[in-house]
Amino acid sequence: MTIFNDIGRYLLMIKGMFSKPENHKMYWKEFVHQCTEIGFGSLGIVAIISVFIGAVSTIQTAYQLVSPLIPPSTIAQIVRDTVILEFAPTLVCIVLAGVAGSRIASELGNMRVSEQIDALEIMGVNTKTYLILPKIVAALLMIPMLVVIAMALGIWGGRLAGTAAGILSTSMYDKGLLEFFVPYNVIFALIKSYVFSFIISSIPAFYGYYVKGGALEIGRASTKAVVVSCILILFADYLLSALLL
Amino acid sequence: MIEVHNIKKSFDGRVVIEDVSAIMKAGQCNLIIGSSGSGKTVLQKCIVGLFDPDSGNILYGGQQFTSMSREEKTNIRKEIGMLFQGSALFDSLNVEENIMFPLSMFTTDSHRKKLDRVNEVLDRVNLKDVNRKFPAELSGGMKKRVALARAIVLNPKYLFCDEPNSGLDPQTSLVIDKLIKEITIEFNMTTVVNTHDMNSVMEIGDYILYMYQGRKEWEGSKKDIIFSKNERLNSFIFASEFLQDAKDMRMLEMTGKIPSLRNMDDMMRKDGPSL
Repeated sequence: MTIFNDIGRYLLMIKGMFSKPENHKMYWKEFVHQCTEIGFGSLGIVAIISVFIGAVSTIQTAYQLVSPLIPPSTIAQIVRDTVILEFAPTLVCIVLAGVAGSRIASELGNMRVSEQIDALEIMGVNTKTYLILPKIVAALLMIPMLVVIAMALGIWGGRLAGTAAGILSTSMYDKGLLEFFVPYNVIFALIKSYVFSFIISSIPAFYGYYVKGGALEIGRASTKAVVVSCILILFADYLLSALLL
Repeated sequence: MIEVHNIKKSFDGRVVIEDVSAIMKAGQCNLIIGSSGSGKTVLQKCIVGLFDPDSGNILYGGQQFTSMSREEKTNIRKEIGMLFQGSALFDSLNVEENIMFPLSMFTTDSHRKKLDRVNEVLDRVNLKDVNRKFPAELSGGMKKRVALARAIVLNPKYLFCDEPNSGLDPQTSLVIDKLIKEITIEFNMTTVVNTHDMNSVMEIGDYILYMYQGRKEWEGSKKDIIFSKNERLNSFIFASEFLQDAKDMRMLEMTGKIPSLRNMDDMMRKDGPSL
């Protein structure tokens, strides 16, 4: 029964977000702040993960392609498609669920526990609109951008590792990147990243906003938010792949 | 003026407050007192609209608050200031930004005008050179004063204080109490204070509502409270023997006799108040 109760409250929270802002300037300020936190705050970790994922993909693909009949440029094709289709959107979003998701849950949880949300309510501010909506909109704007950056860095990381390990030359890698390229893959990755962005921002916001108790509960809510977000990302990943590919 | 009529509130079938009525007048400090778990915070949260009561009515200046739409409630809430138990200052904002927040959200004033108002209220709560400090850098008493400044920055008609003295030393508590009292009179506000601090009761209590196990047990003024014959109230306010001694001394002074059966000789031997 708790799961249905949670789903109901989650849907009511989403519905409650849509109300007229009390002051557009303040909401814009909050939105820009969230864009900075979610976007620039996660850029470093996304960059590091992407480069290494691309590098490891190149080395492991080369390790598995032992047949002399397969041209080395195929390695670049495989790295390109795995990075675009799976690693950049899914893996990066799972990492972001941990980085941005836990931050959102703990920020809102702390505000709830320390009565800051009550203080806003007393002032006459719609807290769902002011605190949750900017986070979701900022995530929908910034996370797909991070995914695009992750795609580029992942492919570049593969190129770097390929030449550094002597697997294939840069010209061969570049040639492979251009072979059999399907632009729809990028669109599919962006669709996935939009869905994942909504999950990453709304699920932790739900767990943080409705937290009850003290510091311990904030930690629990944060962990639960990350776990549920990751599960939903993987589920949505499967569903979208089955429907759109 | 705030009118509370027959408020009832329960959580998961457990009744927390029942049949509580009170009239809280403007220009005076209305105190809700009671031991922990007596329902005073729930009552206050019902009055400000953070909880919806199961039944009963709340009227702000004669206007039905409980049945109002969200927009109408928002308009009333712009006239409410609240000082929370833990101050509830926004951690990521400095003192100036915290106090300026309601002004930025609900007025179209220029930054200069807002800043002047911030400095005015900071001056009113006797705080100086703290504009750039963050809540984490302030002491408990300073946090309360900043929260009080934020609560009054929009010139509210109604001021709510939840345990304003919790975690403060007696001297700072007195400063906060005096500030609340002065501000209430100065701006003719209807102030509602939740407390279990008897010093506050005697310092600022114009109207006192005593809650016991979710019900209104007693109401009156601070003059009445000393002579109250309500056993539960007496055991609450005279929980310490020192206060009981003080009461007996006062009774002796005023009536020439002590109502309790305590031995006067025992009392005189103590280090308590002397005649």
